Amino acid sequence: MIKKAEVKALFKRNLWDENQVLRQILGICSLLAVTNLLSNSLVMGVGLIFSVALSSFTISLLRNYIPHRVRMIIQTLIIAAWVILFDIVIKAMLPDISRALGPYVGLIITNCIIMGRAEAFAQSNPPVESFLDGVFAGLGYTAVLIVIAFIRELMGFGTILGFNVNFLGLQTWTIMVMPPAAFFLVGVMIWIVNNIASGKKAVGGGKNG
Amino acid sequence: MGNTPAISPFVIFLASMLTSNMVLVNFLGMCSFISVSKEFKTASGLGKAVALVMVFTTVFNWIIYHFVVVPLGLEYLRYLIFIIVIAATVQIIEMAMDRYLPDLHMKLGIFLPLITVNCAILGISLFMVIRNYGFLQSVLFGLGSGLGWWLAISALAAIREQMAGNELPRGLDGPAITFIITGIMALAFVGFSGIFVVM
Repeated sequence: MIKKAEVKALFKRNLWDENQVLRQILGICSLLAVTNLLSNSLVMGVGLIFSVALSSFTISLLRNYIPHRVRMIIQTLIIAAWVILFDIVIKAMLPDISRALGPYVGLIITNCIIMGRAEAFAQSNPPVESFLDGVFAGLGYTAVLIVIAFIRELMGFGTILGFNVNFLGLQTWTIMVMPPAAFFLVGVMIWIVNNIASGKKAVGGGKNG
Repeated sequence: MGNTPAISPFVIFLASMLTSNMVLVNFLGMCSFISVSKEFKTASGLGKAVALVMVFTTVFNWIIYHFVVVPLGLEYLRYLIFIIVIAATVQIIEMAMDRYLPDLHMKLGIFLPLITVNCAILGISLFMVIRNYGFLQSVLFGLGSGLGWWLAISALAAIREQMAGNELPRGLDGPAITFIITGIMALAFVGFSGIFVVM
């Protein structure tokens, strides 16, 4: 059975050391597209955690039976099955958010995080570890999603989760809910995280690559 | 097939290329956009391959969606069906190219398998279904989006090539500066939004 220390290591690695978004630059499409409202981002985060955890679990269960040559297509089909399930649930329970997210729920299938976890972890590890690895990778993604959505919604609409917090009546920044701001925020966030991470190792300024 | 929106296919073509550019406005295909944009030549090759696959997948997906999926009432399986159609299309294009256009295959061949999991391709098909486009509208939507993607990745790669040797603040090199460049490019593309009726 899995040990506590192992769980801790998995947690730390997926949330910080190898954060899927900030360190591996994966899963950016949906991250940028849904972060103009916090509520949409939360639903998207839950969807990703659900899909990546259960896909990793299923792929890990079947890892000894999937022929190596056709594994990519089989993994994609397993992922698609879980995403379809999530899409149906969201359509029935939260139709407004489902409409706002539009094609981005379906695009969880091609989210590189899920494929990345399947390739890098699930196909060579037992099911319970793979499931936890998926949950933590999804949490790392959701954490970044929430930070960016919080900044964009607060500055762009003056609201948080739809509640008006703009008590002073300040002018809102329309640019924050438009696409360019998403790119700027992700860029700056990667920069900050790079600096914190490399500060420990005291790495000097590098060349643009 | 219901209510196709009354937008001229030509407007859809221009709009999907400029005002609602796949990468800069809809954020689709970001993974390869960021990681394959170091060299202009490679980036341009990937862009061409994406444009080619986009046109073919919109054609096949439109036909299969409207003549097989809808009559059988299988709309809830559309993600699965689209993925399979895309994988098959890429495979067919690769085989046909190898047979009839070996030179082009040498240049674009390595990119083709990568494209199967590019979210821009699946995104195009989903947008086409959600917006209920007619056949001609879908084809020009696919072509416009593909050309727009090619334009964006070529421009980004050209900028990155120019500033390859520059000293940057610590930690800003690599993906961080690429996102900021993309942001400035997206800002420039916002300027196009006055030209057309927004879709």
